Amino acid sequence: MRCPRSHIALVVAFIAGLAVAAQAEERFHIGRAATPAEIKGWDIDIGHDGSNLPPGSGGVERGRVVYSEQCAACHGADGQGGVGDRLVGGQGTLASAKPVRTVGSYWPYAPTLFDYIRRAMPQNAPQSLSDEDVYAVSAYILHLNGLVPADAVLDAKTLAAIKMPNRDRFVSDPRPDVR
Amino acid sequence: MSEQTTAKRERRPSRRHFLQAGAAVAGGAALGAPAVADTGNLPPNIPEWMKAPGAPMGDQPYGAPSVYEKGVIKNISKTLPQYLSASGRTPLQELDGIITPNGLFYERHHGGVPTIDPAQHRLMLHGLVDRPLIFTMDDIRRFPSQSRIHFIECSGNPVYTKPYGKTASDLVGLVSCAEWTGVMLKDVLNEAGLQKEAKWLVAEGADAAALTRSIPIEKCLDDAMLVYSQNGERLRPQQGYPLRLLLPGFEGNMNIKWLRRLKAVAEPDYSREETSKYTDLMPDGTAREFTFTMEAKSIILRPSGGQKLNGTGFHEISGIAWSGHGRIKRVEVSVDDGKSWQVATLQEPVLTRALTRFRLPWQWDGNAAVIQSRAIDETDYVQPTLAELLAVRGVNHYYHNNAIWPWRIAANGEVSNALS
Repeated sequence: MRCPRSHIALVVAFIAGLAVAAQAEERFHIGRAATPAEIKGWDIDIGHDGSNLPPGSGGVERGRVVYSEQCAACHGADGQGGVGDRLVGGQGTLASAKPVRTVGSYWPYAPTLFDYIRRAMPQNAPQSLSDEDVYAVSAYILHLNGLVPADAVLDAKTLAAIKMPNRDRFVSDPRPDVR
Repeated sequence: MSEQTTAKRERRPSRRHFLQAGAAVAGGAALGAPAVADTGNLPPNIPEWMKAPGAPMGDQPYGAPSVYEKGVIKNISKTLPQYLSASGRTPLQELDGIITPNGLFYERHHGGVPTIDPAQHRLMLHGLVDRPLIFTMDDIRRFPSQSRIHFIECSGNPVYTKPYGKTASDLVGLVSCAEWTGVMLKDVLNEAGLQKEAKWLVAEGADAAALTRSIPIEKCLDDAMLVYSQNGERLRPQQGYPLRLLLPGFEGNMNIKWLRRLKAVAEPDYSREETSKYTDLMPDGTAREFTFTMEAKSIILRPSGGQKLNGTGFHEISGIAWSGHGRIKRVEVSVDDGKSWQVATLQEPVLTRALTRFRLPWQWDGNAAVIQSRAIDETDYVQPTLAELLAVRGVNHYYHNNAIWPWRIAANGEVSNALS
């Protein structure tokens, strides 16, 4: 059977099109598998629900010591702020002319405190605190904000169970809000 | 320009000329050569620099600007409480075109600038993927590459409260624009096989802040890139060497520098940088979260605050406009305190989510004036006034101030911030 040249060209173009479509899904086979141990070593994310919080625990009393040694120089003896952010107080001020944003007044999730302290604090030696001390200093800061009692000991379960006062005050982006 | 105007300019050197003369003296001293008064270099005399050979080849293995440009540097406050988590601004009013030189690109760090050996840097991609992967920098560079011109802008540029800055750089110097080269993030994600539950990607930097932001998966599969080069050379350490996430149009801090990890997840992390910081407080005490896109904005750079018009007559008004939502469609300029607006000429190419240079010829009659520009982007969004923004957002909103910023020109030609 004779095919007009234009038909052949169309068929060739069609096949070429399929090849391109298939290529979009094709892998380049670049990189190597990450092992569970490698992932465990690097994955320091704590979910806002407390997922991935490590074993261990720490209490307010131990936290007071860790705080005075590691945090007070920048954040003030009582969390009132200094070179570093203010950590304590400000509840009830967010709608005022001078809002004070702290862990207690603004942060929506308590596990974020563990996540941030462990990954980034103290600023001169991040990722140097033990998980127990991170639990402890988190407990102390929450205690300074009146969110846990003086004898509180926090672990993965109890830290995740704390309901932060400002949790429900975040809204999604409505912009453009000015036209 | 008339002879009279020229003579006037020479008698009263501008601040810039003063800086240049100072740099000349400093440069001369450093080379052990006597400082030469510049009057002998003008017509009819033969300039000094024609009477002896210049510097030999190899004098500067990596080139640097002229010694007479030593005053054109990043605008870094000398009174910051600390410099590890701080920002330095681009001297926008000293630059032309749309590309920011790498040494002048704005900086914002949250834990200092790490020194990373690229041979020891890895990108881990894990979470809700079929195949968790680790890439070396050589691996990343094997993917098909792309070069694209995009701006990056800090979300707080500027804040809503006084004191407002004196110069354009003081006000909006936390925006810069470069040609980025790298690979499309979607190609890298395809390698690992995203699972259908993956709705966000958590990106983490290898700096002392381990800075972490959650990125919606739609952006990751659209125009997001992993970039390793900026304006033709490898990224500067301050911009994330050796690897940076580029999210065109999204607020600067989400363009994670020193990128080491991407984790596919079902829900955002609510990391400290997307809750405690980079959320926008409203007057009623609620706060907007995940406010990613930088809205349309423009600023006149010439003439602008701190400069001085040298005489009446022709002056070109020139500035930059940009939008995180796409291309700039139009820039309008007012030279009569907002009573009327003229359409400025846009320099081609007008690129999506890139700085766009605009210009308007202007005859200054010598009277006091207020000049300003407003940008309109391809979504027909119009850049608002500061008063309009404040009426909705209040003064404690902190981020995403994209207000029109007028400059006051005094009868003596001095330019200052009209809202101060």
